[in-house]
Amino acid sequence: MEEQTANENPFAPTVLDVRNVSVLYGNVQALRGVGLSLCAGELRAVIGENGAGKSSLMNVLAGLVKPAQGEMRLAGLSYSPADPGEARRQGISMIHQELSVAPHLTVAENIMLGIEPVSGFWLKRAAMRESARSALAALGSDIDVDALCSSLSVSQMQILEIARATVGGSKVLILDEPTSSLTKEDTARLFHLLRRLKEEGYAILYISHFLEEVQQIADTYTVLRDGRVVGSGSMAEVELKDLVSMMLGRDLGDLYPSHRHSIGPKVLEVEALSSGKRLSSASFSLHKGEVLGIFGLVGSGRTELLRSIFALDAAKGSVAIKGKPAGSSVSVQALWRGGTGMVSEDRKEEGLSVSMSIAHNLALVETPLLFSPGKLEGQAQVWLKAMSVVASGPEQPVWQLSGGNQQKVAMARLLAHKVDIFLLDEPTRGVDIGSKRQIYDLIHEAAGAGAAVLIVSSYLPELLGLCDRLAVMNRGVLLPFRPVSEVSEFSVMSEATAPVPGLEGQSETMTETNL
Amino acid sequence: MSEVSPITNKPGLAMAWRRREILGPLAALLAVYLVFCWLSPSSFAGAANLELILRQTTIVGLVSLGMTIVIIAGGIDLSIGSAVALSTVVIASLLNAGISPIFAALGGIAVGALAGLANGLMVARLKVVPFIATLVSLLVLRGIAKGIAHEQKVDAPLTWLNELLARLDSVAAWQLVPAGVWLFLLMAALVALMLRYSRLGLHVFAVGSNVKTALLCGINVERVELWVYSLCGAFAGLAGLMQFSRLTVGDPTVASGLELDAIAAVVIGGASLKGGRGSVLGTIIGALLMAVLRAGCTQIGLANWIQEIVTGLIILAAVGFDRLRYRQS
Repeated sequence: MEEQTANENPFAPTVLDVRNVSVLYGNVQALRGVGLSLCAGELRAVIGENGAGKSSLMNVLAGLVKPAQGEMRLAGLSYSPADPGEARRQGISMIHQELSVAPHLTVAENIMLGIEPVSGFWLKRAAMRESARSALAALGSDIDVDALCSSLSVSQMQILEIARATVGGSKVLILDEPTSSLTKEDTARLFHLLRRLKEEGYAILYISHFLEEVQQIADTYTVLRDGRVVGSGSMAEVELKDLVSMMLGRDLGDLYPSHRHSIGPKVLEVEALSSGKRLSSASFSLHKGEVLGIFGLVGSGRTELLRSIFALDAAKGSVAIKGKPAGSSVSVQALWRGGTGMVSEDRKEEGLSVSMSIAHNLALVETPLLFSPGKLEGQAQVWLKAMSVVASGPEQPVWQLSGGNQQKVAMARLLAHKVDIFLLDEPTRGVDIGSKRQIYDLIHEAAGAGAAVLIVSSYLPELLGLCDRLAVMNRGVLLPFRPVSEVSEFSVMSEATAPVPGLEGQSETMTETNL
Repeated sequence: MSEVSPITNKPGLAMAWRRREILGPLAALLAVYLVFCWLSPSSFAGAANLELILRQTTIVGLVSLGMTIVIIAGGIDLSIGSAVALSTVVIASLLNAGISPIFAALGGIAVGALAGLANGLMVARLKVVPFIATLVSLLVLRGIAKGIAHEQKVDAPLTWLNELLARLDSVAAWQLVPAGVWLFLLMAALVALMLRYSRLGLHVFAVGSNVKTALLCGINVERVELWVYSLCGAFAGLAGLMQFSRLTVGDPTVASGLELDAIAAVVIGGASLKGGRGSVLGTIIGALLMAVLRAGCTQIGLANWIQEIVTGLIILAAVGFDRLRYRQS
């Protein structure tokens, strides 16, 4: 008990105490004797690479998975929830990375889902709206409780989920990668909110890949590797590089490869491209051997830009690839054949067909008319080896892989088809550091071999570390590219958040980032 | 993590996985078969009865092949019963018009394929939800069949077409089962091979498991959908030929509800109505299971209503086991 109360506040009562928990999936041991404790008002970061056991631990706490052994106590009482509903009733709520809101219901209906105030058979709508409004107000948010959830931004949905947890009486909140799809301001707002929750005595478990952010917000940390706790303690007493080496079990070295690419002729020219409401104007050119980065906040039109170039969205304006007109007039198939390939930002919903095997996923582009499955698997095996994908083999369904390995498969599809123009949308989102490093190396090698790479990302350090030139996307407008040596984190951020002259009418993306 | 990549190539894994998928339905089929063998020992296990079951499975089996493709591609086809009826009417009318049997048969199949193409156009081009598009065809095709037939059975001259599903006489006994059954088995093998070894097959799975990925990979989703529904319609046309063979007349009211038997067979066989999963072998097992049940109940004198309840419960059990298995993995 002594070592567990060694938090910065020795008077706070221990809310959650987990001891010696093990989890088995079939014959794979996901957790081996994991223990941690959490006090009221404490925010503990749980960090580790993908596949280290973070999700398994959270799933045990949230009642999604039953541990094979171990003991859990919540507020001093034995805790073994049968399902997430029971976990929530007993006081633990989980906010998943993929937010779960019902898009056709209103904010109030979503917040009160499962705990609706009723009188007999009938719903007490006024009471429901009032509870929802006060729960949101307590979080400092003024989201309209009558708005449909489909109209909310990601950060608003996140607040909605936190409100759902607090109004249900949860005292322990588990947040899984809460900032992965948030802009910098939204992240700052979320941190402000988390500090407020801590002051009110909530205990928070916080899972994240963003170590810099974790350092800002967490009081304590627990590092998992291969299903074991390999380190824990007070955040104030640990350095970033120590966390990284605990996570990896080794030193990482420099995360970003040094970039010195020889720039060749233009291969992609985009002129006055526009599409729908989100993308109003983009013009640039990409050269052979060059890595271009586009930074933009959520809703800035960066994804629409890539989709328009890749003929997935209808667009106006002109696109020329290797001197030939492209854009909406050509088919996606023709683009792949011509050596252009895209990685989607949404790996599970678009990038990969997760129920299909790795081999089949790689073969979807330019499938032979007739084929032998063994041959496809043999070809895929080459790429699995080359990219050190951790998988049981090319016939394994993609959903069984970790996020980092899935992303490597998505990248392998481009390499396997000898693509020389890479369009990459958030290529390292939700990917562990080890895989990130590999993906950066791949991009670097491809550019070194003469490929042209366009990366869209909301993670600025990676763009600064990886790209030759960088541009900002702001409310549908692509600003001019500049060499990375001439930009700073500050200059990029101010460009991304500055009002765009002459575009006052297009303010809906602005309100979306506001709470 | 990246230096140690425990890649072990197990080429048999995919096949083992597939086999596991059909293990449940196969066990259920054997169980039901053995139960009936035990309840009516003398006749049920005999070769004659097996032949009867195979002949009875052929029609629902043929439409289920098409339904398997459609369901794997994430769609549904409610119109196949009506397409079967239309096919019988067209074949009878063509025979009456003096067309040779082979061309009458091809005409019936072609009408089915055209009906399927119409479904495909509604789904792929007009973006009508498959359920609604094929509900439209269910009504329209049935109406056309009744119109052509003037709302009565269409008599047709007896030809060799009527022997496709008839019990073999002693001279032809070496064929084991009549030509129609062989044709069904051949088609089943072709569809199974198509699904596993051809581009169309892989793309059917891809469209069913994730349309967005298919689009990103440059797959022509519209074309895949046109193929899928046309094939399903062609199989309904072929099933119409078999139906005509048995009835010896064109009947615009026949095969109503056949689409639901086909869906049941496909689902018992382990397919998912969400798309991306399903197999020909599973579907055939599903169709056989229902045929064995029907034959068995009839032979031990159980009423039709018991059959229907049992079939319903078997579908429920099939889906339940499937869920259980997926939760485990």
